[in-house]
Amino acid sequence: MFAALGDSTRLALVQQLSSAGPQSIKQLTANTDVTRQAVTKHLLALHEAGLVRDSREGRERIWEIEPRRLLVASRYLEEVSRRWDDAVERLRAFVEE
Amino acid sequence: MSTDRIEKDTVLRAPREKVWRALTDATQFGEWFGCKLDGPFVAGQNVTGHIVPTTVDPDVAKLQEPHRGFPIAWQIDRIEPMTLFSFRWHPFAIDPKVDYSGEPMTLVTFELADAAEGTSLRITETGFEKIPLERRARAFAANDGGWAHQAELLGKYLTQ
Repeated sequence: MFAALGDSTRLALVQQLSSAGPQSIKQLTANTDVTRQAVTKHLLALHEAGLVRDSREGRERIWEIEPRRLLVASRYLEEVSRRWDDAVERLRAFVEE
Repeated sequence: MSTDRIEKDTVLRAPREKVWRALTDATQFGEWFGCKLDGPFVAGQNVTGHIVPTTVDPDVAKLQEPHRGFPIAWQIDRIEPMTLFSFRWHPFAIDPKVDYSGEPMTLVTFELADAAEGTSLRITETGFEKIPLERRARAFAANDGGWAHQAELLGKYLTQ
């Protein structure tokens, strides 16, 4: 899932959805030169990673940050944990040289 | 599953005193961790500094480069010689547009013990439940670029 987030467009989408709340594709592409098709592709990747969800409102598809608290919390902890794994290996390289 | 803490256990093939210095000498800490601290670690005192890429690995250093100069402000908690070192910080505080100073901090603790092959190290970080969920949601998105590739490169480096 972390690979799904490396792209700056995806990061911007997550940030926009967390600060502005639920948005349609139209709203999400309003002030960018990214195509709706490209944004949809990114949203699907984020959905796959469990970070956003969508619902129908009439003809429009509305996207929002996946609100399941535990999911976010556990994903966050995975990231923290991985960061410490990396740091431990740097420390190892430093003291075992 | 706890969503408030992480715990890491490892054994380092190095004397305990060397590991202790790598953790509690602010200059040494900065070298492997990837930061430059303005002063020594003193229990109960704050220390400031900024991100400076690690000297341990050039590939990782390249990934830390975009964050170079970003300010650090940690609160040193306890220093119990050769045994325990702890401090509080703002986890994932790498967005230059955000002022983290008013937000809750997590507590990072390093504990050392003798081991047959060297020194055992336990790292715990606690207090994540106090970090706003929205901040947590953004953090793992924001960090991907740097840390994801870093793990991969480190693996490559270590097996060379």
